Amino acid sequence: MHAESIVTEITTVSIAGVTLHADLSGALYWEEQRLLVVSDLHLEKGSSYAMRGTLLPPYDTIATLGRLGAVIARHDPRTVIALGDSFHDRNAHDRLSQPNRDVVSALQLRRDWIWISGNHDPELPSDIGGVVANEVALGPIVFRHEPTGAQGEIAGHLHPKARVTTRGRSLERRCFASDGERAVMPAFGAYTGGLNIRDAAFARIFQTLGFVAHVLGDRRLHSIAASRCC
Amino acid sequence: MPPRKSVAKPDLLPDHFLCWFAARGWSPRAHQLALLQKARDDRSALLIAPTGAGKTLAGFLPTLVELSAATAHSKNALASTGRGVQRTGGLHTLYISPLKALAVDIARNLEAPIAQMALPIKVETRTGDTPVSRRARQRRYPPDILLTTPEQLALLLSSDDAPFMFGSLKRVVLDELHALVTSKRGDLLSLGLSRLWKLAPEMRMIGLSATVAEPESLARFLVPQYDGEVVSADIVVAGGAAAPVVEMLDTKERLPWAGHSARHALGEIYDLIKANKTTLVFVNTRSQAEMLFQDLWRMNDDNLAIALHHGSLDVAQRRKVEDAMAAGRLQGVVCTSSLDLGVDWGDVDMVINVGAPKGASRLMQRIGRANHRIDEASRAVLVPANRFEVLECRVAIDAVAESAQDTPPLRTGALDVLAQHILGRACGAPFLADELYAEVLSAAPYAELARTDFDDTLDFVASGGYALKSYERFARIKLDLQGRWRVTNPKVRQMYRMNVGTIVEDTMLKVRLVRGGGQGKGKRATGALARGGRMLGQIEEYFIENLVVGDTFVFGGEVVRYESLVEDQAYVSRANDKDARVPSYMGGKFPLSTYLAERVRKLLDSENAWKALPDQVREWLSLQAHVSRVPGVRELVVETFPRADKHYLVCYPFEGRLAHQTLGMLLTRRLERGRAKPLGFVANEYALAVWGLGDMSHMIRHGKLDLDALFDPDMLGDDLEAWLAESALMKRTFRTCAVISGLIHTRFTGAEKTKRQVLFSTDLIYDVLRKHQPDHVLLRAARSDAATGLLDIRRLSDMLVRIKSRIVHKELDRVSPLAVPVMLEIGREQVYGEASDELLAEAAEELVKEAMS
Repeated sequence: MHAESIVTEITTVSIAGVTLHADLSGALYWEEQRLLVVSDLHLEKGSSYAMRGTLLPPYDTIATLGRLGAVIARHDPRTVIALGDSFHDRNAHDRLSQPNRDVVSALQLRRDWIWISGNHDPELPSDIGGVVANEVALGPIVFRHEPTGAQGEIAGHLHPKARVTTRGRSLERRCFASDGERAVMPAFGAYTGGLNIRDAAFARIFQTLGFVAHVLGDRRLHSIAASRCC
Repeated sequence: MPPRKSVAKPDLLPDHFLCWFAARGWSPRAHQLALLQKARDDRSALLIAPTGAGKTLAGFLPTLVELSAATAHSKNALASTGRGVQRTGGLHTLYISPLKALAVDIARNLEAPIAQMALPIKVETRTGDTPVSRRARQRRYPPDILLTTPEQLALLLSSDDAPFMFGSLKRVVLDELHALVTSKRGDLLSLGLSRLWKLAPEMRMIGLSATVAEPESLARFLVPQYDGEVVSADIVVAGGAAAPVVEMLDTKERLPWAGHSARHALGEIYDLIKANKTTLVFVNTRSQAEMLFQDLWRMNDDNLAIALHHGSLDVAQRRKVEDAMAAGRLQGVVCTSSLDLGVDWGDVDMVINVGAPKGASRLMQRIGRANHRIDEASRAVLVPANRFEVLECRVAIDAVAESAQDTPPLRTGALDVLAQHILGRACGAPFLADELYAEVLSAAPYAELARTDFDDTLDFVASGGYALKSYERFARIKLDLQGRWRVTNPKVRQMYRMNVGTIVEDTMLKVRLVRGGGQGKGKRATGALARGGRMLGQIEEYFIENLVVGDTFVFGGEVVRYESLVEDQAYVSRANDKDARVPSYMGGKFPLSTYLAERVRKLLDSENAWKALPDQVREWLSLQAHVSRVPGVRELVVETFPRADKHYLVCYPFEGRLAHQTLGMLLTRRLERGRAKPLGFVANEYALAVWGLGDMSHMIRHGKLDLDALFDPDMLGDDLEAWLAESALMKRTFRTCAVISGLIHTRFTGAEKTKRQVLFSTDLIYDVLRKHQPDHVLLRAARSDAATGLLDIRRLSDMLVRIKSRIVHKELDRVSPLAVPVMLEIGREQVYGEASDELLAEAAEELVKEAMS
């Protein structure tokens, strides 16, 4: 209950023998490689809804980039991987305001930036900086958007969240899902909802319930057995 | 209606009306004639009358008389106005009730006099159930009298032929006005009226209401307000209702310390039902209704016809109960506020109110449900479920005897409802902002609306009202070349019409009964169960979300087992358990009224008055006076004591559960900062208990904890702000505003996705908006709701000011008699704590244990 001990809490996650840090923000950091991974930013989701008549507050991109800036400042990575669905729809990058473009450019300064393409953003223009790839392999680890369940795979796409019931109360939060051989990352975007890890979609990635949800709490991460979630 | 002496002014009623009255052995009542006179004088009027006073007939008599004078020939004729064609005749009277069922029932009741006097009058209803073809016809060829609801009025006004339909309107009759004006539906209705006053300047109003605390302010609702000047309709009060006979059940059993089930008095309740013809048994929540109904059935050796009626039951099932009751086939109905209003059944001869009455006016309205004949006394028995409720019942009975009222004051119109209205106005016809602002000010709840609030709301409707102007191109309404606001595309109209209204329940899930047990443990169901079982009713999504497969709860009068959730359907199976985990519905938890709270404090303060209390209760209070202190009228008693390995602080503000919950949240924050290591709190209607690891007695004794500072009203500053940022209740409040204002939609046309798929989490919007535009109009709307709604902040603030430097501390070595009831709630009531990390950590610990074993 100490409000001061915020955000810095980090949990260690081991995937295919590689030690990574799961950050409370929902990012993953590979210290040896100085590599930071975030997934499912869904930039311009607000304006995407607005186009169809639901005028959600247009601050989601600013909010998401602000949190991304903070986690980048904290770790100062050499490389950033955005694990797909960085933009909410095919035209989302066109709607990115100039100030937000400038923020993205500033974040990309002095580091490598890789956009993995996702189902929401299969094609990205060159003026957005960084390089575009379908997947990135690094040692035993492969980064791609949609999880296949392969060993050493770090993916996003599913927006995992976990529900925990204790003492008659039930809480639902975003989480990393991992069984030590593969991981699915939580969505990073301000307007991204989630899919419960007990959904059938996760059963195709993790063959058994022997995986762990690293749940993003208010001030720290909590590692909870998937079988304990509901 | 039996014959009565009347102050006859026969010229007010034509001969055939007098004959009709006489043929029934009736004569017109004074208030019925008074309303006729008001109509003749071209005045709007508010009729205050108890149930059974012939209120509805009084409301319609002026219309029936006026329309009977018109010949069929002159009606619905078209006449040239020079610029176009105008109808003579047309819609004459609009009747609006809070309940669809009531509108239908009234239409039926009007048929009798119209048929018997052969009046040339056409009456029709228009509700959500009215077929599309009839709706279209009603717009082209309106009936003389149309009976409808506030939502339907909003819909009618949003069509471009509204001026045609309402131009001929002479009168609006608002039924159960006292109930309508207490909610956002009242705001919506008031805005609808503001439009009608423009479209039909000749129109006059009749409001029908139960007795209220401030009739003058209610009368404002009925007439257009001008320029900050207070304008009211005339008030007509029907007199002569027999005083009700109300008593408290003098139980032979031991009075419980806590709880709301009144299980101790079950036998006595059963005997009362048995001894009377038809008994309404009112309880305060749906879960209590479920439980009591089950208990009564278990002991029903006489096979009494007892039924259940509450808001989450399927409409068809409710209708069945209502019909059986009207037909006199039922001896008892266990019900919630779902039967507070509405259809007149006549033969109810006993009302039992189980649990706390909560408010004097509320209780009187419930009692009025018994015996709808005005000259006979209604009979009612109050059954307190615990000791504190005995006090509340005692003062409520006194209040009824004095006819003291405690209905809330007239609302200040909400900005989210205004947003909905503005969009509706644009759907009807383009408007000038200045004109609409003036029109809105004529609605009493909005009479003091600031121009800046109006402009911000208008801006919100147009393009979201964001400081970041990036949505201009997606605007829903835009200024045209004449400077009028106009809808940008037809889809906006469609969405408005789909989503009109202010009743935002939690997302409701359909509950269906299936054969159970098929689920493997721990497997999430995705269609493994047979679908499409019998529909039992609807339940709040948040309740189901808190369940785990296999949990049992009482619903629709039976114990069911939660099986699975598929889209918007919750599947349950029949369970054999007797002890179910009973749903704790949020709905129906009214807080204790300020007025009754004040009276309870006065009762406590005067040992003399304790004589009127049962022995058990008097002993309880005497013991409290001996070991601690009985709270005085103006003071706040705070007790601290150790128990087991924890330390407790209990205080007695008597401000209702909602305000106490908010206080609990804020106190734990402050105690946290004061290093008292609080762990949790629990609140009931009368008291609040906080517990923690720190020895608060010791801290107070040594000046490390200052109670005056702890309860200082400044907690409503930064502490409140910080808490609102994460409060689940605040997020629920915000969600309601987001839906009503039209920011997000809950209903979609045709084949589009189901709502669970489309519903955007308003919690995410709340978080983002709070950070980036804290003064956004929707946050302002939510804040103003929080002042009186689920967080009851205004009441808390009044209390803190009242008790400032009047705190009396009692350091005790153990729990006091007065503290027992609230202490017993610990673990039983859900605490809306925000200590989520602690809960998650607890769950994580299990994993650690597992790993280490």
